Amino acid sequence: MMERTALLEMKNISKSFPGVRALDHVNLKVEKGEVHILVGENGAGKSTLIKILCGLHTDYEGEIVIEGKKVSLKDPHDALKYGIATIHQELNQVPTMTIAENLFLGREPLGRGNMLIDDRRIYKEAKAILEAQGLTYDPHMLVRNLTVSQMQMIEIAKSVSQNARIIIMDEPTSAITDAEVKVLFQCIKRLKAEGVGIIYISHRLEEMFEIGDKVTILRDGQYIDTKDVKDVSRGDIIKMMVGRELNNIYPEKKHKVTDKVVLEVKNLTGHKRFENISFKLHAGEILGLAGLMGAGRTEIARALFGLDPIHSGEVYLEGKRIAIKNTSDAMKHGIMMATEDRKRYGLVLKATIGENIGLPNLKQFLGKSGFLLSDKREREKEKEVFDELGVKAPSMHTRASALSGGNQQKVVLAKWILANPKVFILDEPTRGIDVGAKYEIYKIMTELASKGMAIIMISSELPEVIGMCDRVIVMREHYLSGEVSGEEINQEYIMEFASANVEELRKANAR
Amino acid sequence: MNKTVDMKANKKTHIIQTIFKKYMIYILFIAIFAISSFASPAFLKVSNLVNILRQTAIYAIIAFPITMLIISGVTDLSPGSVAAFTGVAGIVAYVDLTTKMGVNAVLAGLLAVAYSILLGIIIGFVNGIIITRFKVPAFMATLAMMTSIRGAALLYTGGNVIYQIGDIAVLGKGSIIGIPIPVLIMLILFVFFTILLKKTMYGRYIYAIGGNEEAAVASGINVNKIRMISYIVQGAMGGLAGILLMCRLNTGQPTAGEGYEFDAITGAVLGGTSFTGGEGTMFGTLVGILIVGMINNIFNLLSVQSYYHQILKGVLIVVAVIIDMRGKNSKVTA
Repeated sequence: MMERTALLEMKNISKSFPGVRALDHVNLKVEKGEVHILVGENGAGKSTLIKILCGLHTDYEGEIVIEGKKVSLKDPHDALKYGIATIHQELNQVPTMTIAENLFLGREPLGRGNMLIDDRRIYKEAKAILEAQGLTYDPHMLVRNLTVSQMQMIEIAKSVSQNARIIIMDEPTSAITDAEVKVLFQCIKRLKAEGVGIIYISHRLEEMFEIGDKVTILRDGQYIDTKDVKDVSRGDIIKMMVGRELNNIYPEKKHKVTDKVVLEVKNLTGHKRFENISFKLHAGEILGLAGLMGAGRTEIARALFGLDPIHSGEVYLEGKRIAIKNTSDAMKHGIMMATEDRKRYGLVLKATIGENIGLPNLKQFLGKSGFLLSDKREREKEKEVFDELGVKAPSMHTRASALSGGNQQKVVLAKWILANPKVFILDEPTRGIDVGAKYEIYKIMTELASKGMAIIMISSELPEVIGMCDRVIVMREHYLSGEVSGEEINQEYIMEFASANVEELRKANAR
Repeated sequence: MNKTVDMKANKKTHIIQTIFKKYMIYILFIAIFAISSFASPAFLKVSNLVNILRQTAIYAIIAFPITMLIISGVTDLSPGSVAAFTGVAGIVAYVDLTTKMGVNAVLAGLLAVAYSILLGIIIGFVNGIIITRFKVPAFMATLAMMTSIRGAALLYTGGNVIYQIGDIAVLGKGSIIGIPIPVLIMLILFVFFTILLKKTMYGRYIYAIGGNEEAAVASGINVNKIRMISYIVQGAMGGLAGILLMCRLNTGQPTAGEGYEFDAITGAVLGGTSFTGGEGTMFGTLVGILIVGMINNIFNLLSVQSYYHQILKGVLIVVAVIIDMRGKNSKVTA
């Protein structure tokens, strides 16, 4: 059989950073009309490889061949010239500009005299570009008013309009709803049909089976293998990613749910984010809060932690009614939350691990004067939780920014564990964390529950909810739509509640 | 083999960069000290060095709290004006108390200082309210305050300079055990602010807010409260600096203190306080402000046109910030 010329070939790519070998002779071959999935744990080298391909890292070893021609990419602009476009996880659009202005950013067509921007042409062409992708947005709309998913579509349309033949998608589904994922996948299928090669990075392995053709696995900067998606199982992939078999995805349940109600929420309503929510949480219980993204799960948690205002309703802690106006109120009552976005809300990245762990706990470290902090006490206490959770870092003085996602999450957990919460809310505790570290996070959770802590776990990953929770309450469009416990906790039941009829819920709650 | 050498070389340049960033301020201090000594024979005279300290002390009293503001991610442009207004008001109070009411000089002096500080606290409180309650960006709020309070200072004396301020001048011109009183106050405040920043919850919160305000809120910190305290402290120090300044000048000048905030900010930034927040030390600021003081002094001694002086100070700020940013960039790639 004659070998076809591949659309893209990356051969023996290596790249070092000071002190780290980020990539070691990695290969990647993408054909026309192929969706090539790139998988690996955090730190496996996926993003480094992508950065080389889109021209951000230029000092690498090895060669890049596009349709049989060897190329060297000097910068992202150069990469685009060769038809390589990237849809980044954080979308690079200017929110205060219109869709059309964003589509032509950096390549604005000039009118007569080559001086002034030809606005009429921008909007006319923008309309055509959008229509070619089946998008009906008004090009005059400000990007600020778009959802993440809509912005993604704009970005893809822009890539196509620039004749991109290889489109790299970096975790495109990490911030969009399930319905939007469907739209994205349709778009990917359309691009495929047009012969565009797609490199797709995702932590969600299910997606690989839905849209992937080939999969390349990286581990610790090494090239492991490339396979046809139809020839591999989820287990095979995980095994290749972590280099060992993961028998236990979830730790054994050691904790026992008690009868003691720690938190009771009655008819809680937050302005247009959640309505009429009531539930109870017991000591030693892990309660799942499930539902589609945007259903109001995070919003309830934020309100209980004092980050957002509560409009009406009551919150009882150990039988006593409490008022939560801000985060320090919530903390005083023992309600704490590890938020979804670690880097934004969880950590001060430029501070050290120790400083981060200490932040909500400084009162514990005050010396006799009641004014000055005791260094010794601080170090001892911080070291205790640091060791207990097994944070992998050179020392307590390492900056939080230098840690992997899993270890950052452990630091976030450590800081709250030291503060000894009664109610601990974990919002997407394993998002963006690799498989091995996930298990450790789960283990920490069950251990906390076995000590009698009451835990609320919010997660978009159903297997995780099913594997970890003693009871699950499900939300649908700002309303509580159902509760499952014990044997009933399975995918079908939860999905049924998560997609319940909104009209009926609204009527039921109006009564 | 080649690669390991590469990595070592990379690491080496990284270390050199870090060391350079860490010790740049000391090298700069020594360099400017040495250059000044050669440039003017008058520079090294004890009386001149004491004079530098005496002048610098007032900048330092403004620079210490401003360092905390910058670490927490905000700034204050009003301290120079605040010093003028509170200083003049304090002097007027002192003159009235001693000449019209016959209060004895020591008590009147204490009351005058307390009055200046109190006025400063009120202004700081207003700054804090505008910034935390009405969410006006600190830069704009304090810029507005700078203008208004300067106007208030001029209004207070009808634009006139107050001469014959009496014995209170000793606060600016006198010495205790050979140390000028403003320098003594500066040293006490240096110790105070160092402890405040490094050893108290308040200080730790300042770093956290500047490092990541949202994470600070999500860690149970009442950011508005911390900001209010910071501006009140800044106001109080503006008041103290104001009365000391007038005492040193031996007059009540409503136009005094102009640009003091900029020298204070320059000192802080030279001393390694990051304008992006979350980093900085009081010791760095002390060294930084001494550098600014030396530069002010040597230009004075050489009687070079102050235009050059301003240009050089501008250049210094930019260089300090460039070094700060470069340190950050190298961290990102590492």
